[in-house]
Amino acid sequence: MLRDTTSKVVLFGGIAIILLGAIMPNWIVNQLMFGFSRALAILGLLVLWRTGLVSFGHAFYFGLGAYTVAIVDIQLGVTDVFVRLFGGAIIAGIAGFIIGFIMRNYRDIFFAMLNTAISMVLYGIIVKTESLGSTDGFAISLPTIFGIAPETKYPLFIIITMIAMISALLINFYLKTTVGRLTTPIRDNEIRVEYLGFSVAHAIHLKYTISAVLAGGAGALMAMSLGQVDPDSMINWTVSGELVFITILSGPGNVIAPFIGSLVFEVLRTYAFELAPQAWQLIVGATFLTVIFFLPGGIWSLIAKLGRKKS
Amino acid sequence: METFLTILLDGLQFSSYLFIVSAGLTIIFGVMKILNVCHGSFYAWGAYTAAFFIGKFSDMGLPDALGFLIIIAAAIVVGVVLGLIIEQGILKHMYHRDEVLIVLATFGLFLVLEDIILIAFGTDPYFAYQPMALLESVEMGGVIRDVYGLTLIGVATFVAVGCWLLLNKTKWGVILKAVIFDREMGISMGINVPFVYTLTFIGGAILGGLGGAYIAPTISVAPGLGTEVIVLSFAVVVVGGMGSIAGAAIGSLIIGLLRALAVHELPQVELFVVFAVMAIVLVFRPEGLFAPAKPRKI
Repeated sequence: MLRDTTSKVVLFGGIAIILLGAIMPNWIVNQLMFGFSRALAILGLLVLWRTGLVSFGHAFYFGLGAYTVAIVDIQLGVTDVFVRLFGGAIIAGIAGFIIGFIMRNYRDIFFAMLNTAISMVLYGIIVKTESLGSTDGFAISLPTIFGIAPETKYPLFIIITMIAMISALLINFYLKTTVGRLTTPIRDNEIRVEYLGFSVAHAIHLKYTISAVLAGGAGALMAMSLGQVDPDSMINWTVSGELVFITILSGPGNVIAPFIGSLVFEVLRTYAFELAPQAWQLIVGATFLTVIFFLPGGIWSLIAKLGRKKS
Repeated sequence: METFLTILLDGLQFSSYLFIVSAGLTIIFGVMKILNVCHGSFYAWGAYTAAFFIGKFSDMGLPDALGFLIIIAAAIVVGVVLGLIIEQGILKHMYHRDEVLIVLATFGLFLVLEDIILIAFGTDPYFAYQPMALLESVEMGGVIRDVYGLTLIGVATFVAVGCWLLLNKTKWGVILKAVIFDREMGISMGINVPFVYTLTFIGGAILGGLGGAYIAPTISVAPGLGTEVIVLSFAVVVVGGMGSIAGAAIGSLIIGLLRALAVHELPQVELFVVFAVMAIVLVFRPEGLFAPAKPRKI
């Protein structure tokens, strides 16, 4: 499992970032936490994107994960970081598995639109339900780790980075298995894949469920690092758009790409916001267009090019 | 009875503006196969431009009736300027790319245009009530309605009939149908397809702008306007069938009436019903309720 360069880079890079986190200033640690949390969702979208599927509604699972954290916190008083994380991921995974039965029959625009519809249904419910926080959302209490309440955010940062590392390694491994390799082939020619003896529907269903679990986990981690949830920054269709944007920005080339892409996005957004508070969307949108036009392989294609030149 | 009438009129009014916006979206999709996310921006730009100038003209002491001219002018200017820039500047270079990538590009444009609104018009809401105040209100079956809202239904009917006539009774309609049916065959028959695309996009953009400009006097024109309307018109075109004008009409009637019913009887499900209907239609009839049967190409 750890034989290829990618796994080694993920493993050592992750450890290095955890160690560096101890001496880095707080704002960098925060950015890394947000970036890595979101990157989990991107990892799932990357698997779908390689298969030729773009979901314009994964904020559904992202929000589901985040709101699971909020609800177990407020209703049941659960503060343990792992219970919250796996709770969010599992709820989103179950939802993704069930919805996957329908979704696996859809492609292209219809796949994107059905996902949008489902995420907007959840958005509609939450915005109009007082007991679910309506448009204000909830504040979430600080997470505890095995019953210990940490004083700084550093322990949460370590956990997020480790979860990110493990997920990247698992997805990297998955993409090398036979079922996992059925990404580009499905995009290129489904009939040939069927003739080779694989079920395209099953493969897509599995990938869809994986992406749901990852998006749910990402939402849960995001909720904990932000300390609050609200529908407009967690479930509205613009959030789904943002997730797709980071996926395109990262590029489908490698499982490390989502992490770099998410960090670039966090930095871009923070700086754009400081530079021009009224125009940060403009900067983000313009970057998006530039990437679509001039960098179809995303940031990863630049890194890959550099790597090739050296060797 | 009065509640029923209120729901019916509210629903029809809501359907009307949804139809005007969605008609633009569906025409662009039908001809160019582009799901145009930045259509929401055309709407917002139309609303802002109209509201801004109605306010300005009113301050200058010009007669309020000019408001109606401003509305039409705003829609045309917004549609032509934005439509031309976007189609010629960006989309034209993407027609050979994947459909989904074009959707994403229009999403990027949406973000850009939303912020240009903030820069150009600021964050404070605009109120352009003058045209609405001018027409006063009328009593119908015990319900008091403002006349302006009722004219909206007239405008939507006008747009619907206009589109129908254009598509079925003119040479332009034949050309559009040929391009929709088979683009390559159209080219070989001597149709200037890039020109048709540009005109279609501008036409669709004008309709988007008109929806916003006409609704502007009845609402407070504030940031985030386009975000909601674009998903609502997605719901409309998906329910009716993407690329069909009749579908957009029926879709907006269904969505508009259902939403009005929900607002009056069960406000908690207002947004939920709209998207639940959209999801159910996609599950059982992915092509939409009234999409025409597609010819199989060999």
